Amino acid sequence: MSDVTPNGPHDLGGLPGGAIDLSEKDTAWWEWQIDAMIRLALQKGLITDFAELRDGIERLAPDDYERLSYYERWASALAYALVDKGVVDGDVLKQKAAAIAERQATS
Amino acid sequence: MTSPRFFVGQAVRIAKRQPSVHHRVPAYAKGARGVVERVCGEHGQPERFIRGDGAPATRLYRVRLDQRELWDNYQGSTDDCLDIEIFEHWLEPA
Repeated sequence: MSDVTPNGPHDLGGLPGGAIDLSEKDTAWWEWQIDAMIRLALQKGLITDFAELRDGIERLAPDDYERLSYYERWASALAYALVDKGVVDGDVLKQKAAAIAERQATS
Repeated sequence: MTSPRFFVGQAVRIAKRQPSVHHRVPAYAKGARGVVERVCGEHGQPERFIRGDGAPATRLYRVRLDQRELWDNYQGSTDDCLDIEIFEHWLEPA
């Protein structure tokens, strides 16, 4: 087997992976929304290719990569890309996320 | 379009590189030797889509790797192979 270091937390080919969860899951409304936002960002040319988002996902800290669900990873990558390009203000995004978290904690 | 650098049936080796951006070559395949199974057209380079448009379009190949070459103590059939699509800039003659 290759002696090369894995490219990141996603580069799992050939490593023991344990059991695979094959249960069917419904797509939640917010997950459709993430999908729609990504397609819109592509259509508007804010991102050029899914490769850009893959790059963002691969830059997640290994702990975050493990912890986040599939669509949470896409959402994070989209947020990183849009902040990086100045489309979204990172501070405003943080404030908004904190406000939502607070609202959810008190409701 | 330029003509393909490699031909079907040619022995090639996948480069051992570690770009710091997204690229579509898994660690297990890096450094592996294989044979060109087919030529798959020209496509944008994944590495160049990060704040770019993927240009220049680059030849993509399907490369056939022997499973025994990939995994230590591989127990399957000697005919077992793994086909993987690799861009031209990741290949060198073997």
